[in-house]
Amino acid sequence: MRLPVYLGLLHGGERALAESFRQVADGHGDEPDVLSLCRTLADQCDRHESALGPIIDRYGEQPDDEPERFHAAALTETRTGGLGLLRDLQDVYLLATLVDMTWTLVKQAGQALRDDELLAVVAACEAETAVQLRWLSTRMKQAAPQALLVAS
Amino acid sequence: MVDRIADIWGTRTPFGRGELWPVRVDSKLEEGLDEADVDRWVQSACVLCSNGCACDIAVKDGRMVGIRGRSADTVNHGRLGPKGLFGSVPGMQSRDRLTRPLIRVDGALVETDWDTAMGRIVDRSTALLAEKGPLSHGFYTSGQLFLEEYYALGILGKAGIGTPHMDGNTRLCTATAATAMKESFGSDGQPGSYRDIDDCEAMFLFGHNMAETQTVLWARVLDRLAGPDRPLVVCIDPRETEVARHADIHLAVHPGTNVALLNGLIRELFVNGWIDDDYITAHTIGVDELRSTVERWTPEAVADTCGVSAADVRQAARIFGTSERVLSTVLQGFYQSAQATAAACQVNNLHLLTGKLGRAGAGVLQMNGQPTAQNARECGADGDLPGFRNWENPAHVRELAELWGVHVDKIPHWAPPTHAMQIFRYVEQGSIELLWISATNPAVSMPQSARIREILDRDGLFLIVQDLYLTETARFADVVLPAAGWGEKQGAFTNVNRTVHLSDKAVDPPGEARSDLDIFLDYSRRMDFRRDDGSPLLDWTGPEDGFRAWQECTRGRLCDYTGISYEKLRDGSGIPWPCNDEHPDGTLRLYADGHFPTELDRAESYGHDLLTGATVGREAFSAMRIDGRALLKPAPAIPAHETPTAEFPLRYTTGRTAYQFHTRTKTRRSRQLDRAAPSAWIEISSADARDLGIAEGDIVRVSSSHGEIVVPARVGGVREGCVFAPFHYGYWQDERSGPDGRPSAANELTRTEWDPVSKQPLFKVAAVRVQKVADGRGPAPAPTTAASRPSDPSVPPTIGGPDAEVVETVRPTAPPLTPDDHRDEGAA
Repeated sequence: MRLPVYLGLLHGGERALAESFRQVADGHGDEPDVLSLCRTLADQCDRHESALGPIIDRYGEQPDDEPERFHAAALTETRTGGLGLLRDLQDVYLLATLVDMTWTLVKQAGQALRDDELLAVVAACEAETAVQLRWLSTRMKQAAPQALLVAS
Repeated sequence: MVDRIADIWGTRTPFGRGELWPVRVDSKLEEGLDEADVDRWVQSACVLCSNGCACDIAVKDGRMVGIRGRSADTVNHGRLGPKGLFGSVPGMQSRDRLTRPLIRVDGALVETDWDTAMGRIVDRSTALLAEKGPLSHGFYTSGQLFLEEYYALGILGKAGIGTPHMDGNTRLCTATAATAMKESFGSDGQPGSYRDIDDCEAMFLFGHNMAETQTVLWARVLDRLAGPDRPLVVCIDPRETEVARHADIHLAVHPGTNVALLNGLIRELFVNGWIDDDYITAHTIGVDELRSTVERWTPEAVADTCGVSAADVRQAARIFGTSERVLSTVLQGFYQSAQATAAACQVNNLHLLTGKLGRAGAGVLQMNGQPTAQNARECGADGDLPGFRNWENPAHVRELAELWGVHVDKIPHWAPPTHAMQIFRYVEQGSIELLWISATNPAVSMPQSARIREILDRDGLFLIVQDLYLTETARFADVVLPAAGWGEKQGAFTNVNRTVHLSDKAVDPPGEARSDLDIFLDYSRRMDFRRDDGSPLLDWTGPEDGFRAWQECTRGRLCDYTGISYEKLRDGSGIPWPCNDEHPDGTLRLYADGHFPTELDRAESYGHDLLTGATVGREAFSAMRIDGRALLKPAPAIPAHETPTAEFPLRYTTGRTAYQFHTRTKTRRSRQLDRAAPSAWIEISSADARDLGIAEGDIVRVSSSHGEIVVPARVGGVREGCVFAPFHYGYWQDERSGPDGRPSAANELTRTEWDPVSKQPLFKVAAVRVQKVADGRGPAPAPTTAASRPSDPSVPPTIGGPDAEVVETVRPTAPPLTPDDHRDEGAA
């Protein structure tokens, strides 16, 4: 059974996403909405990580044996300025996409297993991950014209 | 004669439930004059709060000399409040009005002529458009212009320049009202009517100090409270306001915990079966998710989070659940606090769950803070598309392009119009280089004043300020344009309950001052903005042309003005929209049939996630098949981002006093109002004052992580752990643009944060500390008449004396009838 690989991916992905949201919040603190929302969403990722705890206790988690191909590393530094914000949010978006699809695939396995506890965790978390993606998209779309056309 | 400084609300005229509110005509003329001396009366409505009281301006020898309430109007039944009575005329006629344009020469503002001033603007504007394009331009307007002016601004900004960077100070006062209605009902548009006060059995005031923010509306409530069948009153406010003193239940919640309280009230409705299942099934979607979201908010959990008693939560919910007709009103205690839109939507949910909407006495009033805020929202000057159109709906944008004769892609619609706080951020970053501010004073009214002053003072910014006076903001400008104001120009505007009034021109403006409309039309002409067919983009010759153009823009929309004309607005009462062939007398309440504008082709917005502001999008909205039902949008309660710490242990909230409006540009120029509340103060509870060794009137320093103010302390009825400051008190009276060592503006302390959905700044969540710096020399300059009442009974009461005496004529005529009353009469 290789579900533990995907539980590990999910676990690591949520942790990396939380770290990345915090990194962006700190690095772009002059954008007040980015500061407060990225902190809120980082807390949300923390809760997802803890919700996975009991599932991982049951199935265990295995390290990803293809780290160079499924790379879910957190942002380690942020850029500056309007363009920098756009790039950083887009990096987080990529990471969130990975997490989002990982939830989907774990849910598929959970359905095949008929594991109600696992499915309940997925139900609580995957919708929030979807909203994280939508917020990132909303914010980037708003910022793009100014950052790409007039910002110095 | 009644001293209306001492008695803010005037003589009681009690009435019972279902009766018509009696008329009382209030009038105030300059000293020594009586009505026989008046040459003529010119019809208008008051612009010194959002209530929209109809009035007549007294004119003698070409000057405005007084004001009188209009008995025939359904909004105020003849009454006016202290600001309207004492501030309307003196606020316009001060000797220090701007009478000539000013331009900056060698660092100083000097007088010039219109051609030179407008030439400078057009040169800079043209150069920037050529070099950087439309996104280099930003416009920040007001909640105090007339609708024709907003619509002109909306057209020239969106179809002339093509910038999305347009907003108004309505973002600070009323953005959450509009957003909450879009989220719940699919569109902006006030469901209820002031008339519902007359018929309700219970009133809930959510963060709404109505007694001071809309004094005439509160007089209507007081008259119900003094009559038979008085309504029960529930007040949600951390201060011991006048509303709280009359309330049956006062829930003095910790600032920032509104959603927790509302979730608790909603839970009680579910648990006790006080919901209307038929209404929910037929007219709403989302009930199951709402039910599960509120599940954890037991009265005890609410008590723990909000600092109120569980029994009071139960009792408040019981009043809501068991009264047949409930009216809710909502204002800044919700709109400017944490989770603003989420909290305001939960008020809508209370009414949707119980079906208490669209019936006499059963409704919601999501209030406004300014007289013409509704028009800024409708006309496209404040971050919305005109006529409640949806920027995500290509058909709506195409309609505008056809109306304006430009290509659809000229009108920015790739994202929502840029909100005010983001516009200022772009200025701070240097990507907006031309900022045009009309009729507002952000140097005092926006959060984190020191930052705003730096932004306005930024090298490379070309700042245009258009105003009546040389405000703190105008002192930073490169060009200052002298504007004509109330009584000096013509136009229409719309109040909180959708009632449209005409304001006619009574006198000429001083010197070379011009109406805001003339200024915008002149700019459009000089910039040579044209339609695609080559004709001028704005060819209006005056306000009535603008009104007609606006009518076309609203045809078939919820805010339909096509049945209203200047002629129809003269003499009788103001008219509530929608007014068209189907509703020739206007419409008292919306949604009587439980049908909401949530169809894909009608909705003004496809909605947002209430936690993050993420857009739902057209596809997902369509997939929900809402189709005319309202949305029960749930919101989990989250803790405020800025909470008290050891360094800053107290919560700071800001607000208004009954005697001043905004940054006092008009009200301080009234003797009576200035004397009643002359300078800044803060309020602190008796318990906190005792702990900190502070006595009434002592000078204190209030500090936050963003700044400080040093002002006298009023020891009074604010909740323990909270500090309140009125936001009116800037620096212009000393010819300063900032503190210069004497900080007094409430926003020196606030932080830059906004609600993720409505983008309204949060003025009520900062953390502060208070230290005494000197003994007082007498009581604080705070009024004793309302929420600022002192604990110390020896403080002399606020009175106006003979100067503040107002003629009140009680019941001179029968009360005016509303459109519904007319219909009833017709039926009979």
